[in-house]
Amino acid sequence: MELTGSQILLKSLTLEGVDTVFGYPGGAVINIYDDLYESSINHILTRHEQAAVHAADGYARCTGKVGVAIATSGPGATNTVTAIATAYMDSIPMVIITGQVPTPLIGNDAFQEADMCGITRPCTKHNYLVKDIRDLAKTIKEAFYIARTGRPGPVLIDLPKDIQVTTYKFSYPDKVSLRGYKPTYSGNIRQIEKAAKMILAARKPVLYVGGGITLSGADDVLLKLAELTQIPVTTTLMAMAAFPQRHPLALGMLGMHGTFFANMSVTECDLLIAVGSRFDDRVTGRIDSFAEKAKIIHVDIDPTSIGKNVEVDLPIVGDLKDVLGKLHGHLNKKPELVEDLIEETEEWRSMIGEWRERQPMTYRSSKSVIKPQYVIEKISEVTNEDAIITTEVGQHQMWAAQFYTFRHPKTFLTSGGLGTMGFGLPAALGAQVAYPDRQVIDISGDGSFQMNSQELATLVQYKLPVKIVILNNNYLGMVRQWQQMFFEKRYSQTVMELPIDFIKLAEAYGATGLQTKKVEDVEAIIKQALETPGPVLMNFIVSREENVLPMVPAGKAIHEMVLAS
Amino acid sequence: MKHTISVLVENEFGVLSRISGLFSGRGFNIESLSVAPTMDPELSRMTLVTRGDDKILEQITKQLNKLISTIKVVDFTDGEYIERELALIKVSTDAESRAEALRIVDIFRAKVIDVTPKSYTIEITGAPAKINGILELLRPMGIKEVVRSGPVVIGRGAKGVVG
Repeated sequence: MELTGSQILLKSLTLEGVDTVFGYPGGAVINIYDDLYESSINHILTRHEQAAVHAADGYARCTGKVGVAIATSGPGATNTVTAIATAYMDSIPMVIITGQVPTPLIGNDAFQEADMCGITRPCTKHNYLVKDIRDLAKTIKEAFYIARTGRPGPVLIDLPKDIQVTTYKFSYPDKVSLRGYKPTYSGNIRQIEKAAKMILAARKPVLYVGGGITLSGADDVLLKLAELTQIPVTTTLMAMAAFPQRHPLALGMLGMHGTFFANMSVTECDLLIAVGSRFDDRVTGRIDSFAEKAKIIHVDIDPTSIGKNVEVDLPIVGDLKDVLGKLHGHLNKKPELVEDLIEETEEWRSMIGEWRERQPMTYRSSKSVIKPQYVIEKISEVTNEDAIITTEVGQHQMWAAQFYTFRHPKTFLTSGGLGTMGFGLPAALGAQVAYPDRQVIDISGDGSFQMNSQELATLVQYKLPVKIVILNNNYLGMVRQWQQMFFEKRYSQTVMELPIDFIKLAEAYGATGLQTKKVEDVEAIIKQALETPGPVLMNFIVSREENVLPMVPAGKAIHEMVLAS
Repeated sequence: MKHTISVLVENEFGVLSRISGLFSGRGFNIESLSVAPTMDPELSRMTLVTRGDDKILEQITKQLNKLISTIKVVDFTDGEYIERELALIKVSTDAESRAEALRIVDIFRAKVIDVTPKSYTIEITGAPAKINGILELLRPMGIKEVVRSGPVVIGRGAKGVVG
């Protein structure tokens, strides 16, 4: 059957199981958009290409499927770059399709031409410029395969306009053969046995868990392993929802804004078991004193992550589900030794318990002004921790990680690696498209919200009942906090001097706006918002100069925390 | 420490910029780089010379391996290998220096491949140190131009790196 390039694209997407794409049309993708009429694929029109890719990212993060976005050439394509880099840093499986000028014009500085393969080379797992219609189906097949396998990541396909209209016989390949790409899934059994031995010999072990656990779908086996061995679990920002935070073994987040007891545990432990985490500088603080008393086991599917920032004693390359499964199986066969381990580590857990009691994750409450942490606690309570939470980047993001008690995997979608303001609203949009019946809440600040606030239009158009919480302090709060602590309160360009009437803004788009500055109204407003159909924006005027604590100042060791007094 | 690494890659659009972009993006240095297709026209072999401590070299080889277009990475520094570089050297000559130039060419088993009344163009192959040696001796005559290929390497023994 002869099909045009754009028909081949849409047909291939369907064969990859794609039912929803996010995008924005333009001259170089007009044929694809025309053929959408004949396709079963559901297209969500965002109001900005960056938001389309963030939405596909949010969709991917909460479903585990490959997110797909389409943008036109030139400015449409360059608008996607921040969002692609966001997905790349957090290893999110995505395929981004950008239009390109016709092949004879490539390199001529044609209208709306940008070298997208060149621009996205450092922020994609791989990318393609399709110059021959015969390569198109194979390229799409490879792109999806690369995006979802190994350490996942975004793959970009740049598709020139003339290829979209050229016809060719369509057959979708069954198999992918890439000589240079064979991820290691199965962990080396000898290394795993060594790990088991190290665990059984440990007296102060800690599991340090990162976003890889969710990507691998290994949340369950992690819980089983932790419960079997009674090893405490600290999670990175990317893994807050991967381990039930109410669990007695949960230490919460570690690192720059981690809990006192998580950071102390890592500092004092004698065995650090890093799984699907990459020793990011926001986690480690001063690297040479991070877990300096510990032997380190590092399990990751990406060999480049291992030994990059810290030297490890035992590297294990493999899929976490496989490795942790084997590790659990191995230890499960030695109940007496595990029993001994639990007994020998009793003292360690009570030491952590003392740290927890001495310095719990807390804040000074107030009856006169709304504390941002209080709003997060109330959201946690009212939603019964069942919602999908997205965030932007800044203070609100850290408070969400600290004070929302996550308990289901894939319910916390946040830009960890790149730290992209403007991520949360479109990501919530994508999550709500994936799960129309679930509660999706974007926790935001007044700064971040305005980076993609145009997506209110998309929410209203598609009747997506996303609830938006703005913790409004009229500041770029996180930068202001640094200026307060390290720059003598010189609040250079962090005061948002023009107060926005967010209610009017919401209403202008046809959404509902609610607002309060009274502590006693917070809970009622959250409840009212959740009961109101359609998108609702909640504007909470919060205590202006609240700081995120604990905090490890940049360059300090993680036990050198500034604590909440 | 200096390392000479062979990288077998897909012979396709953009692969050179993937490799060079990896080095510049991650702050690794490249001292020299040579690329050509292999017996299998779908593959290219790159030989690159870089410097760094063990930790950096581990990252370089891992990051190279991580590229989808990379098929094989061999760091030759750890084993026995033969290294050769080609240089073309244009040197000024006059009646006085011609004989001396030819003697130097002879000693280094180089070849004169082009002659004008005012110059010799010399071709020499060898380990980079040998090329440095001849350049040192020719320098007093006046070197007009030098083109070096950068080294290529192959392992000693019967075993080959396929491609």
